[in-house]
Amino acid sequence: MLRLLFILPTIVLSTVVSARTIVVGKDQPVTSIRKAIELAGNNDTIVVKPGMYKEGNLVINRTIVLLGENFPVIDGEKKYEIFTISGSGITIKGFQIQNSGQSALNDYASIKVIDSKNIVIENNRVINSYFGIHFSNSSFITIKNNTITGMPTTEQNTGNGIHLWKCNNALIDNNRATGHRDGIYFEFVTESTIQHNRSEKNIRYGLHFMFSNNDRYLKNTFSDNGAGVAVMYSHNVKMEGNRFEKNWGPSSYGILLKDIRDSHIQNNTFFKNSVGIHMEGSSRIDASKNMFKENGWAIKVQASCDDNNFYQNNFFGNTFDIATNGTMVLNKFYNNYWDKYEGYDRNKDGVGDVPYHPVSMYSMIVEQNPNALILLRSFIVSLFDKAEKAIPSLTPENLTDDKPMIKPNKL
Amino acid sequence: MLKLSKYVLYDIVRSKVILAYTAFLFIVSFSLFNMEDHSSKAILSLLNIILIVVPLISMIFTTIHYYNSYEFIELMLSQPMSRRKILLSEYGGIALSLVSSFIIGVGIPVLLFSPDSVGFSLLFTGISLTLVFTSLAFLTSVKSRDKARGIGFALLLWFYFALIYDGLILMVLFTFSEYPLEKATLVLSALNPIDLGRISIMLKMDVSALMGYTGALYKDFFGSASGMLFTMGIMFFWIVAPLWWALRVFKQKDL
Repeated sequence: MLRLLFILPTIVLSTVVSARTIVVGKDQPVTSIRKAIELAGNNDTIVVKPGMYKEGNLVINRTIVLLGENFPVIDGEKKYEIFTISGSGITIKGFQIQNSGQSALNDYASIKVIDSKNIVIENNRVINSYFGIHFSNSSFITIKNNTITGMPTTEQNTGNGIHLWKCNNALIDNNRATGHRDGIYFEFVTESTIQHNRSEKNIRYGLHFMFSNNDRYLKNTFSDNGAGVAVMYSHNVKMEGNRFEKNWGPSSYGILLKDIRDSHIQNNTFFKNSVGIHMEGSSRIDASKNMFKENGWAIKVQASCDDNNFYQNNFFGNTFDIATNGTMVLNKFYNNYWDKYEGYDRNKDGVGDVPYHPVSMYSMIVEQNPNALILLRSFIVSLFDKAEKAIPSLTPENLTDDKPMIKPNKL
Repeated sequence: MLKLSKYVLYDIVRSKVILAYTAFLFIVSFSLFNMEDHSSKAILSLLNIILIVVPLISMIFTTIHYYNSYEFIELMLSQPMSRRKILLSEYGGIALSLVSSFIIGVGIPVLLFSPDSVGFSLLFTGISLTLVFTSLAFLTSVKSRDKARGIGFALLLWFYFALIYDGLILMVLFTFSEYPLEKATLVLSALNPIDLGRISIMLKMDVSALMGYTGALYKDFFGSASGMLFTMGIMFFWIVAPLWWALRVFKQKDL
C-alpha cells in the first residue's frame, strides 16, 4: 500500500512532465501535420489550427492525441489514404477529412486503423471518401459523433461508412452515415455496441452485420437504404429501440435475419418497409413490443425458422401481416395486437376469444406467384380469404395467435 | 339538348331513388370514418364499396331508368331532334345525377376526413367508374328491347368485371407462371376498368408492398406521369367507346 502511494504520484508526474503540445498551423512554427507527427513522442498532443492540409498519407503509430480546431480540412486529393493508424491510445478529434483515394486493390479509407487498441475517433466530418472509418483487428474502440457522407455512384466504387473487421469492445455512438455502400459494416466483431446512429440513403445496407456475436444495437435509425439492414450468421445479438423505415425495393427489408440465434428484437419500430422482418434459418429469437406500421409485409418467416417467439407486438395497416413459404410452423405468436382481427372478447379480459390467423390465403398465393400482386385488394381475393378463414386448406393451420389482444399493446 | 338533359334530371330527382343512393353513400362513408380510429382502414372499406357497389348501382339504375323512360324517348323521337342528341342528353342527365350523388355521398366525407392523395385517387376512381358503367349500361339497354334481358345482361356484365375477370387473371397467372408475365398482367389489368381503378388507388395506399417483388414494375409504370395519363386515357376510352357503340346501335335501331 505504501509502495503504491509512492509510485502513483510519480507516474502521474512523469506523464504530465513528458506530455507536450505541438501546435500546427500556417503561422505556427510547425506548418504541417506530417512534421508534427514526426516530432511528437508518446503521449503528446497535436493541435491543428483551421486551414487546408494536403499531405498525402499520414501514418501514426505512437500514442498521440490529434485535435482539430474548428474542423481543419485534411484533403486526400482523391489519391491517398488519409490516416493510417496502428498503435494504442490514439485519438483523432475534430477534423474534416475529405476526398480519400479510390482503389479496387486497396481499401483506401479516410481513417484506417490496423492492429490497435484504445482508439478514439470523435467529432469528425468525413466527406466523399471510399471507406469512411475502417478498423481491422482492433479492440476497445470508440467512434463517436462523426458524420460520414459519401457521394454514391455504384455499389462497386464506394466503400462502407464505418467498417469494422475482427474487432471487439467497440462503441459506435451517435454517428451519421449516408451515401456509402453499407452505412455500418460489422464482420467478426464481438462485445460491441452500436447506438444512437443514423444510417440512411446507403446504396446497399444501412447496417451489415455478419459473424458478430454478443453485440447490441440500440436506438439507431435506418432509413431509405437500398436493402435495409442485414444481420447474418450471428448469435446473442440485442436489437432494441431502433427505427427501420422506408426501406423500399424488391429485396429490401427492415431487417433481414439469416442464421441468427438466441437474439432479442425489442421495442423497434418498422415503418413503411417493403418487408419489416425477413427471417430465415433463425432460431430462438424473441421479438416483442415492436411496432409494425404500414409495411408491405410485416414479417416473413420462412419455414426454416424454429423456436422463435413473437409476442406483444402491434400490427397496424400492413398490407400483409405474416407470410411464410410452407405449412410447417415451429414458431409461436401470442398476445399481439392485429388491426385486422375481427374476433370478440366475451369475458372482457382484453384477450380475444377466437384465434387470429395472420397468414392470409392471398399472401400464400403471392408467395407462390408474385405476379398475383396485381390482384391486391380485389373482390375475388377477399372472397378467397374469407373462404380460407372458414376452412383453412392452403394456409398453415397452426400459425395462429391464440391470444390476440383486443386493444393495442402499450409499448 | 341541355333542356332535355334538364328534364331527365328532374325526372330522376323526382323518383327519389337517387336521393336514397346519395343518403346511403353518405351515411356509409361517414360512419366508416367515424367508426375506425385510422382513416386508412375506413378508406379500405370504402374502396370495396366503390369498386363493387358503385358500378352495380350505376348499371342497374341506368338500365331501369332507360326502360322506364322508353316511352318518353319515343315521344322525343317524334320531335325534330336527332337520335344522337336524344341519347346523349339521356346519358348526360343520368351521368350527372349519379356523379353528383357520388360526390355528395362519398366526396364530402373523404374531403373532411382524409383529404390526401389516397382520398383523391379514390374519388377519381369512383367518378370514372360511375361514368364507365353508366355508359356500359346504355349499351346493354340499347342492344336489347326486353327489359328483363337488358337488366340481366347488365348484371352479368357487372359480375364479369367485378369478379370473374380477376378470377380469370389469376387462372392465367397460374397457368403461365413459368413465363415472364409482368407486361402481360399490365395489359390485362387495363382491359378492366374496375381493376384499373383499383390499381390506381393501391398505388397510393400500399406503396410499401408494391415496391417489393414485381410490384415495383407496376409502381414504376402506373406511378409515373405517363402511367397516370395512361390510366386516365384508358378510363376515358372505357367511357366513350361503349357510349359511341350505343349511339351507333341506337341510330340504326328499328324502334
